[in-house]
Amino acid sequence: MPAPAPVESLESIRDRLRAAVPGADVRLEPNPAVPAQASLVVDRDHALAVARYLRDTPDLAFDYCSNVTGVDWPETVFQEKVKVRRVVDGVEQEFEESVERRRPGYLEAVYHLYSMRLRHGPLILRQRTANRAEDARVTSLTPVWRSAEFQEREAYDLFGIVFTGHPDLRRILMWDEFADYPMRKDYVEPDDYEYEPTPHDEVLTKARRHYPPGGAA
Amino acid sequence: MDEGLRSELSKQGVFTTTLQDLYNWSRRNSMWPLNFGLACCAIEMIAASMARFDIARFGAEVFRPSPRQADLMIVAGTVTKKMAPLVVRLYNQMPEPKYVIAMGACAISGGPFKQGYNVLKGIDRYLPVDIHIPGCPPKPEALLHGLIQLQQKIAAQPLTGEDRPRHLREDAPAEFPVPAYGPYDLQPPHNPEVWRPPVVVRDTAG
Repeated sequence: MPAPAPVESLESIRDRLRAAVPGADVRLEPNPAVPAQASLVVDRDHALAVARYLRDTPDLAFDYCSNVTGVDWPETVFQEKVKVRRVVDGVEQEFEESVERRRPGYLEAVYHLYSMRLRHGPLILRQRTANRAEDARVTSLTPVWRSAEFQEREAYDLFGIVFTGHPDLRRILMWDEFADYPMRKDYVEPDDYEYEPTPHDEVLTKARRHYPPGGAA
Repeated sequence: MDEGLRSELSKQGVFTTTLQDLYNWSRRNSMWPLNFGLACCAIEMIAASMARFDIARFGAEVFRPSPRQADLMIVAGTVTKKMAPLVVRLYNQMPEPKYVIAMGACAISGGPFKQGYNVLKGIDRYLPVDIHIPGCPPKPEALLHGLIQLQQKIAAQPLTGEDRPRHLREDAPAEFPVPAYGPYDLQPPHNPEVWRPPVVVRDTAG
């Protein structure tokens, strides 16, 4: 049986958060995909206060953080159609033009929150980093939900999201000397392909590179 | 000794053998494995040691918690690159004579994770593997079969001459270099003394 949804709508929770935490930038992020599971995006400077409010308010009581994960959004360039008015032959007409837009890349930490006491959830809370390189910081929510500790370490290990305020931010799955973030979209894995009898898809591309068709390896 | 004479003596109640047979017999019938599992294959290994399959019938039920007391390393499961140096170190700590069984697809070749960035493509890159048991995971019967194959291999080993086992050769190493963690991969990615990449001549155009 799916868990019941939060007692109140996300819009209402968003408005309460804005009122309760002054200065917090809390936005609703709709999900256009089939599950349509909307989430709240909170700015990283107020994330801790927002998290405390979500946990400690009696009628919300999100006392259980079941899941912390990361998402990598690389920089994308997309076309957007805009309407422009232009005067052609003395008559003002409306034209549609496509404009190239650039969305800078960022990393995202996603938290799934439930309430054990009130039996509702999940509430999905997101934090975004400023970019994917030197300012990949978000606020650690481990001080609020202890269960986030290892999962934030995992997100740090695989995505390179730095959680400020984390008590013990080390790699957890890869070895300490490892220099890369394997779950990022632009990760290039070590070129250690070995012979495989039935290569297909990406493996076939690798196989062709290592064993050129018709040639001896 | 002549087979006919030996058979005649045994009818008289005199049992004769050779030192080699006695040595190999005792060696192969008390193969104590290292109590050590890496992934789901370990569950099958545990099942093999329980009453239904009963690996004790073949003298290998004493799973030792210390490598110093173990004769057999059953590499049961996926060897990640993070775990590989520890597996090699455990092997180095085992006393001779020692044997390695690579159990399951992962320990043989990386299995379904072969193309992953974090999985070793087979423990034979660092260790001399005696028996490979295919399967994902192999059934306990397959592990028992592999154990019996290893016992037969030991039984056939002469103690002198060119074909003598590794632990009786002065030039064969008892320890293997432990790979180091590199920034992207293990250093070295394989031990060239033990393993070399396969040379494949193959047309992948089709």
